[in-house]
Amino acid sequence: MPVTLTVNGTRRTLDVPDDMPLLWALRETLDLKGPKFGCGIGQCGACTVHVNGTATRSCMLPVSAVESAEIVTIEGLSADGTHPLQLAWQEIDVPQCGYCQAGQIMTAAALLKRNPRPNEAEIDRAMTGNLCRCATYHRIREGVQRAVTTAASEAK
Amino acid sequence: MTQAIDRRGFLRVSGIAGGGLVLGTMLEYRVHELQAAELAADADFTPNAFIRITRDGKITIIAKNPEVGQGVKTSMPQLIAEELDVPWAAITIEQADSDPAKYGPQVAGGSTATPTNWEPLRRAGAAGRALMITAAAQTWGVPEAECGTQGDARVHHHATHRHLTYAELAERAAALPAPDAATVRMKDPKDYKIIGQAIAGVDNHKIVRGQPLFGIDVTVPGMLHAQYVKAPVFGAAVASANVEEIKRMRGVRDAFVIEGGTQLAGLLPGVAIVADSYWNSRVARNALKVTWAAHPTSQQSSASFRARATELLAAEPQRNLRNDGDVGAALGAGTRVEAEYEYPFLAHAALEPMNCTAHFANGKLEVWAPTQNPQSGRTLCANTLGIAPADITIHIVRSGGGFGRRLNNDYMVEAAAISQKLGAPVKLTWTREDDITHDFYRPAGYHKLRGTVDASGKLTAWDNHFVSFGEGNGFAPAAATSPGEFPAAFIPNFRLGVSTMPLGVPTGFLRAPTSNALAFVYQSFIDELAHAGKQDPVEFRRALLAQFVAPASVTGGGQQPQFMNAARMRGVLDLVVQMSGWGTRTLPRGKGMGVAFHFSHRGYFAEVVEATVARDGTLTVDKVWVAGDVGSVIINPSGALNQVRGSVLDGISEALAQQITIEGGATRETNFDKFPLLRLRNVPPVDVQFRITEFPPTGMGEPALPPVIPALTNAIFAATGKRIRSLPLSLHDLKWS
Repeated sequence: MPVTLTVNGTRRTLDVPDDMPLLWALRETLDLKGPKFGCGIGQCGACTVHVNGTATRSCMLPVSAVESAEIVTIEGLSADGTHPLQLAWQEIDVPQCGYCQAGQIMTAAALLKRNPRPNEAEIDRAMTGNLCRCATYHRIREGVQRAVTTAASEAK
Repeated sequence: MTQAIDRRGFLRVSGIAGGGLVLGTMLEYRVHELQAAELAADADFTPNAFIRITRDGKITIIAKNPEVGQGVKTSMPQLIAEELDVPWAAITIEQADSDPAKYGPQVAGGSTATPTNWEPLRRAGAAGRALMITAAAQTWGVPEAECGTQGDARVHHHATHRHLTYAELAERAAALPAPDAATVRMKDPKDYKIIGQAIAGVDNHKIVRGQPLFGIDVTVPGMLHAQYVKAPVFGAAVASANVEEIKRMRGVRDAFVIEGGTQLAGLLPGVAIVADSYWNSRVARNALKVTWAAHPTSQQSSASFRARATELLAAEPQRNLRNDGDVGAALGAGTRVEAEYEYPFLAHAALEPMNCTAHFANGKLEVWAPTQNPQSGRTLCANTLGIAPADITIHIVRSGGGFGRRLNNDYMVEAAAISQKLGAPVKLTWTREDDITHDFYRPAGYHKLRGTVDASGKLTAWDNHFVSFGEGNGFAPAAATSPGEFPAAFIPNFRLGVSTMPLGVPTGFLRAPTSNALAFVYQSFIDELAHAGKQDPVEFRRALLAQFVAPASVTGGGQQPQFMNAARMRGVLDLVVQMSGWGTRTLPRGKGMGVAFHFSHRGYFAEVVEATVARDGTLTVDKVWVAGDVGSVIINPSGALNQVRGSVLDGISEALAQQITIEGGATRETNFDKFPLLRLRNVPPVDVQFRITEFPPTGMGEPALPPVIPALTNAIFAATGKRIRSLPLSLHDLKWS
């Protein structure tokens, strides 16, 4: 059954079962490998994408539920990998294995969109839903803070 | 010997382990004994398997080992680039396929990459640089001694201000005989420009853009998607399954039973479901009905293991691994402490679920595997599929975490067997539930300890009865211990007795294997003895380190015996005391500091934890201080800090709430809701300092983990007076009044 999705600004009609979670439509049908499969029960956040600007777990969300929504994946976060978070993540050398980091960045990006100047407690609260098995947490915090600072200085 | 021999010939020497790599083997190799890289184009400069410089100036360095998050794809090429004397920004790094004859051992385990490759990879780089200098000297007709390099991929003739780029020299250098890598001149460490630099991970730019990189991202033409369903009881056979019904489901291409074998680390019995998409394979799986055959281990459980351990601990040990002095007499001569300790099975829970893409065609197998040990996967696949090891190509793909899980290649052989049956390329992707319920667990263990502090305050007797898993004189994987493990050789009357019980649960190496459990037990019991002797835990440990009675041969993670250097441990202990302000602050009730140290994987780590326990029992880890000694240079300070902090938080994560419970022969926990990982809101500050010593640099992925667990439990004791003798902490009521 065809399903029409808007992903990273482009409308795409996919021939997938309507119970297919968005994650698998993105990864397999649209070949967007950024969102990752980690747990399948919304516990780890590796599959995080934006649905109408909100950080959302794509592993449990059927494609039929997001037909009218704007979906953004890590591939669509910036045109050239220069979102302040993407730059901060590289400057600070956040990743270890790197598997969770697309999800981390998407959660952080949604936070900064609704709250451009989060304090430490707000960062901790927003980011605590995303697991990092390598425990790069210190640098995840630092990366979000760096991006906040960068964005603030650019705004001046 | 002189090296006026064609390098294609002379570099092809035997002596490299070609078979399954055993972690217990010291992984040594020499670059000049490796097979030369096949020359892609005659004029490309390929002095060895790790370097390729083309005439148009492209410099490629090969990353030989699997990257699982430990940073070797960055740090190992740093060694080569330093001695080749090229700018880091100018090189391209390429992941090697599995080919030990060409690259030497390729394994991510035992924190071995640094100690194993420190010499040979620098020599590989230096050999390349030496050839460039020879080529330049010949071109100019000047003595080699007048030529030099300065890190810009050029050879300079300073007297005449001339230079030639490596690209310009590539063709001439390629025709020269290789220098002897064993004697080639290497840099003075004070001249290092790349080693010692905080260089960000080479794949970071792909990671932050979400570009395909991991095993799970692999796509090959015509690829189908597979599930492989095994029995909850490890190794149970398929009695019947509704595969005909499954075959008729949406998108399903095939479904079949694989008979499998009985080796827990091999291809186990199961049902394969192959579909045109991952989701269709998952939906079909939900409809799968399997009757599993009865299995002899279906009655085993964590409770039954504990009950048997209690019986065994009440009796004499089945055998002694070490018996120094007269433990019986010494135990009675002073203040005696007795305690029993235990720790649970643990899963690895790497975030990228086990997966592998395999294509079997025309009797040959090609796999794309996120694996820590490709060579053992090759052996397993060859034996299981009945093909020659040489007919298997293994592409090493970045792993989303390893932690020791991917030293086993069960998922590789499953994908291979499914592809063989199917005759089509297939990607097998495990569910998280598959991963948690079919791991190779850190084995549980049980200890009865007795120790005595004499009237002068010295620890004079130590008697440890360790109940573990195994049969006969053998131990289950990762369930062994070493008779040299500290505090052996530091206490004159010392006994290590063991008793074992059989186990039908797969076990294996988990980050800092054996150490991740033994440090908890030993450093906690040392703390008990310190308090029994009314001594400060740090002073008591300093005195113990001064009591050295014989060389302690220590195995960490199944490596060859290594000797713990008491002075190095004293050094990190003193450093962490200074960092943490140990003993200089008066803490209120409910707040405490704990200390511990451990030697494993050639690394020395001492750690202090400050923790707060609220009256209601809520535990907060306030801060961790870490002092480490891994030798003369930190190859990549950024990666090193990542590894140490990650190890420390991993240890805290294990201690807080992780356990795998066996019930009815199967694993009860299935996903992160029941096997919780540390989350960001619970992450304490972790201060790290390295003590630089004159020893060759060693690995960083593991040795910082073990001490944090006892440092934490010792801090809880300091805060509350409650001694923690079992894990995880979530099972303890810490409330106080």
